[in-house]
Amino acid sequence: MAAGPMKMRARLGPDYTDVRVLMSHPMETGQRKGSDGKLVPRHFIQNVTVKVNGAPVIEGQVSQAVSRNPVFSFRLKGGTKGDKIEVSWVDNAGESNKTEAVIA
Amino acid sequence: MEPSRRKALQAAAAFGAVLAAGLLKPMAALAAAWNKEAFDSKKVDDALKSLGAVGAEASSEILIEAPQIAENGAVVPIEVNSNIRGTTSIAVLVDNNPFPLAAKFDFMAGALPFVRVNVKMGQTANVRVVATADGKHFTASKEIKVTIGGCGG
Repeated sequence: MAAGPMKMRARLGPDYTDVRVLMSHPMETGQRKGSDGKLVPRHFIQNVTVKVNGAPVIEGQVSQAVSRNPVFSFRLKGGTKGDKIEVSWVDNAGESNKTEAVIA
Repeated sequence: MEPSRRKALQAAAAFGAVLAAGLLKPMAALAAAWNKEAFDSKKVDDALKSLGAVGAEASSEILIEAPQIAENGAVVPIEVNSNIRGTTSIAVLVDNNPFPLAAKFDFMAGALPFVRVNVKMGQTANVRVVATADGKHFTASKEIKVTIGGCGG
């Protein structure tokens, strides 16, 4: 399955910037049987990177235990309206996707 | 060996070296960025060992926000907040899952040691968090009862 769209929102709060990001991904565990009765191969996001104005601030490693169509929330120190947030992922098949948002 | 052939071989070798230096490096870096050994561990202790987090000290400064009872094991929201000064990483493990380590996040300057992630849980289990600060490891856990497992199908 090809990488689907991502959605992201970055909102400046009094103490931190709240970043919420949604990724479209099957996150197959390799333990589920498909309609043909065969195991569906493991296919899942492995790396998640959060960047602020081009500089990485969070590097995440995840497994197939993360739910389908993963949703992550992160908190960034401070932040200024207009700062550019970029979140990207890479899966075990080498597929990748990224999205950008500015802090609102 | 003919001079032209030697030249060609030398050129090929040089090109190979350039490839090795220039192209293989980012691939190696990418591979190292996913701790295969830890994620492939089937036992919590092995996963902790691979993370280098054996003997983590219990801490009440790690806050785990999660439902006590998860009706659907396929989507269990886990929120982790570390109040330990200088926390640079947070790992989330689900004790009874086939592969306990679910996620690990490294926080650099500019990020707070907080994460919210949805995980799958095969059955009722302890969700264990390991936070690392100044090279020391701290841990906290919370039991989540699962009504319907979310690993197989």
